[in-house]
Amino acid sequence: MEIKKQYWNEYQKEIAQDDYFYERSCIRQTFFPGSEATFLNILRDELGKKIVDDPKIHTCTGIGYHSDIVPFDTTMTICARLFSLMNGAGLKNYVPSCVTSFGIFNEVLDTWKHYPEELEKTRVNLRKATGREFEVPDNIAHPSDIIYNFRKQLKLKMKYQLVNRKTGKPLKVVEHIGCHYSKIFAEKSIGGAEFPHVLAGMIEEWGGEVVDYPERRHCCGFGFRNYLVMANRGYSVANSKKKFESMKPYKPDFILTNCPGCAMFMDRWQYTIAEMEGTTYDENGKGIPVLTYEEMTGMLLGYNPWDIGMQVHQVQTESILDKIGIDYNPQDKYVGVSGMFLGEPEKPTNLVV
Amino acid sequence: MSGKKIIIIGGGPAGLEAASHLARQNYQVTILEKESETGGHIKNDMTLFPDFADAQEVRKGLSDRANHPNIELKTGICINELVQEGNQWRIKSDNNEAITGDAVLLATGFEPFDARRKEELGYGIYNNIITSVDFETKLKEGKILTTEGNIPQRIAFLNCVGSRDEKTGNNYCSRVCCVNGVKLAISFKELYPAAEAYFFYIDMRMNGQQYEELYRTSQEKYGVTYIRGRISEAAATFDHKIQLKSEDTLAGLPLKLTVDMLVLLVGIESSKSTRLLAGQNNIRGNYGFAESLGVNRNDYQTTKEGLFLAGTCKRPLSFQETIADAGAAAIQIMDYLEKVK
Repeated sequence: MEIKKQYWNEYQKEIAQDDYFYERSCIRQTFFPGSEATFLNILRDELGKKIVDDPKIHTCTGIGYHSDIVPFDTTMTICARLFSLMNGAGLKNYVPSCVTSFGIFNEVLDTWKHYPEELEKTRVNLRKATGREFEVPDNIAHPSDIIYNFRKQLKLKMKYQLVNRKTGKPLKVVEHIGCHYSKIFAEKSIGGAEFPHVLAGMIEEWGGEVVDYPERRHCCGFGFRNYLVMANRGYSVANSKKKFESMKPYKPDFILTNCPGCAMFMDRWQYTIAEMEGTTYDENGKGIPVLTYEEMTGMLLGYNPWDIGMQVHQVQTESILDKIGIDYNPQDKYVGVSGMFLGEPEKPTNLVV
Repeated sequence: MSGKKIIIIGGGPAGLEAASHLARQNYQVTILEKESETGGHIKNDMTLFPDFADAQEVRKGLSDRANHPNIELKTGICINELVQEGNQWRIKSDNNEAITGDAVLLATGFEPFDARRKEELGYGIYNNIITSVDFETKLKEGKILTTEGNIPQRIAFLNCVGSRDEKTGNNYCSRVCCVNGVKLAISFKELYPAAEAYFFYIDMRMNGQQYEELYRTSQEKYGVTYIRGRISEAAATFDHKIQLKSEDTLAGLPLKLTVDMLVLLVGIESSKSTRLLAGQNNIRGNYGFAESLGVNRNDYQTTKEGLFLAGTCKRPLSFQETIADAGAAAIQIMDYLEKVK
C-alpha cells in the first residue's frame, strides 16, 4: 500500500477549482443518458461551481481518428474549434466528458507543445474554415478528476456510503480506467497508468474496498475498430470476457468506470456472453452491475436512481441499491419525465433481470 | 614507508583490492566505507558466478589481504565533499571530519536498480515478487519460500529489469544480470529439483569464460526453460500466485503464465556517492557513472590529477573484472605518486 501511495504521489496534476467549460460526449448521452446531467447537477448544486454546458459543442473526432478515418490535421482543427467555443464563453478550464476526448486533447496539446508549427497550421486551418481564432486552455481535467478532487467535500453531503447495510462491510468495487485516461499520458492522470487512483480514491473515500485482480489493467474490449468493424466484435467480447473471468473470484459488488466505451461494453457484453454461452459472472445469474462515477456519486448523494439513469443498464443495478439500502420506488423505474409509463424492455433469455 | 597517503573511498571489492596492493608497496592507505562493514554487495551473496565460489570466503580473503598495518579503515563514514587543493585532496565527511591525501581512489561501487520504478512489475505491491538481491538473501538463509511459507512449484526470473530500458532512462546493459540470473536459476533448481523455472530474457549475453557453458548446463542438467520476451505486467491472482503477461518473441505468440514467485534480475546503477563526488569534480559521465580519461586511453585516471577510479563506479563490471580493475588502478596510482615525488 505504501508503494501505491508513492506512485499516486508521483502522478498528481493541477485540477482547476472552478469555472469550467464542459464538452459532452458523442456517445454517453445514448449509452448512459443520466450521467452527464448528474455531473452538472453535482457541480452546480452540491459544489456551487460554474460550469458552462454549451449546446454548440460537437465531436472531438476521437472515435473516427482512432479508427483511421479522420486525419490528424482535421482532428486538431476540430479541437481548436472547441477551444474557440470555450474562449467565447470566457473560460479557460476545459472539461471533456469522454475519456477518448480527454486523450485526444492531451495528444493535440502535446503535439502543439513539441511542434509549434502544427499549432500555427491549425490556427490557419480554423481561420480559413470558420473565421474563428482560439487560445489553448489553461487547464484540462476529466470530470472524474474533478469529482476525485472534491471527494472529501462531497462525502460531507452524502446520504449513503459504499457499505453493505446488512453486513456493515465495505462494498467490493472493481475500478476500471479508460485506457486513454492514463495510458497515453500517465502524467495527465491521477495516480498514473499502472495503479490509477482517480476512481480508487473515490471508492476508498466513500467507504468501499477496491478489488485488485489480475486483468485490472486490461482493455475493456471497446478498442474502436474492435467494435466498429462487425467482423472484429468477437475480439471485443473476448477482451471483456477475460476481465470478467479474472474478477469473478473476488465477487465484486459492482464495476466502476470513467469511460463511455468501458461502461457500455462491460455492461452490454455481459448480456452478449450470457446469451452466447449462458455464462454470467455473479452467483445469481444477474451479472456484475457497471456504474459510471457520476451515477455512483449521485446515488450516494441520494439522487433518485431513476433520475440519474440507472435503469438504462443491461445488468440491473437494484442489487447495489439494496445492498447500500438506498430508498427507491421500483414502480418508477420505467416512468418517464412526463410521468407516463414508458414500457419495459424485452427480457434476455439467460441474463436474469 | 613512502610517506605518500592515498585515500580510498569505498570498502567494497575494488577498494579492498586496491588498498592491499598499495599497502604492500608501503603506501599509507585510508579506506573510507559508509557501511559498518567492508565487502560491498558481495556481503549479500551466497555464491559468485560462474564457478559458484563461496562469496563469503572470497570476501574474507579480500578483508584478510586488506588487514595490513599500512591500511587504516574507517567505517560508517559518509563522504559529502571531495576537493583538490594544490597537490592535495581534501575530503569532508558528513560529521565534518576532514581527511587529506596525495591521491584519491574513487571505488564507490554501484547500486542495484530500484525495482519499484518499474510499476508494471508490482514490486513492493504484491507478495512473492522479489529482486535478485532479495533472492540472494533468501539463498543465504538456505530456503526459498513464498510469503505463505510454501516451496515455489513454479518460479520465473525476469532479466533486464532497469537495464536496456528507455523507460527508466537506462539504455545500457548491466552485463552481469544474465549470468547471475542463470546462477540463481541453477541454485533454485538445486534446492528444489522438482520445481519449474522459467527465465525471460531479451538476449542472453554470455560473454565471460564459462558463462556459455553455465547457460547450457542450466538447460540440459537443470531443465530451466528460457523464453525470449519481456514481461509486460505482473499481477497477483486470487490464490496468491503471480500472473505474468509476456510475448514469446521466438514463437511470435503472446504468453500468459502463472507462477508462485517472480524474481526481478535488477540492473546496476551508479551509486549516490559516485554521482555526488564525480559531479563535484566534473567527471560525472553517462548515467551518473564516473568518467575516466577513456576506456582505450587510460581507464583509471581522470581529468583531475591525483583522482583515480576503480570498479563499478565507472560502469557495470563483474566481480572478477572489478578485482582486475582495482589492481590496475593501484599501479596507476603508484606511477602517479612516483611522478609527483
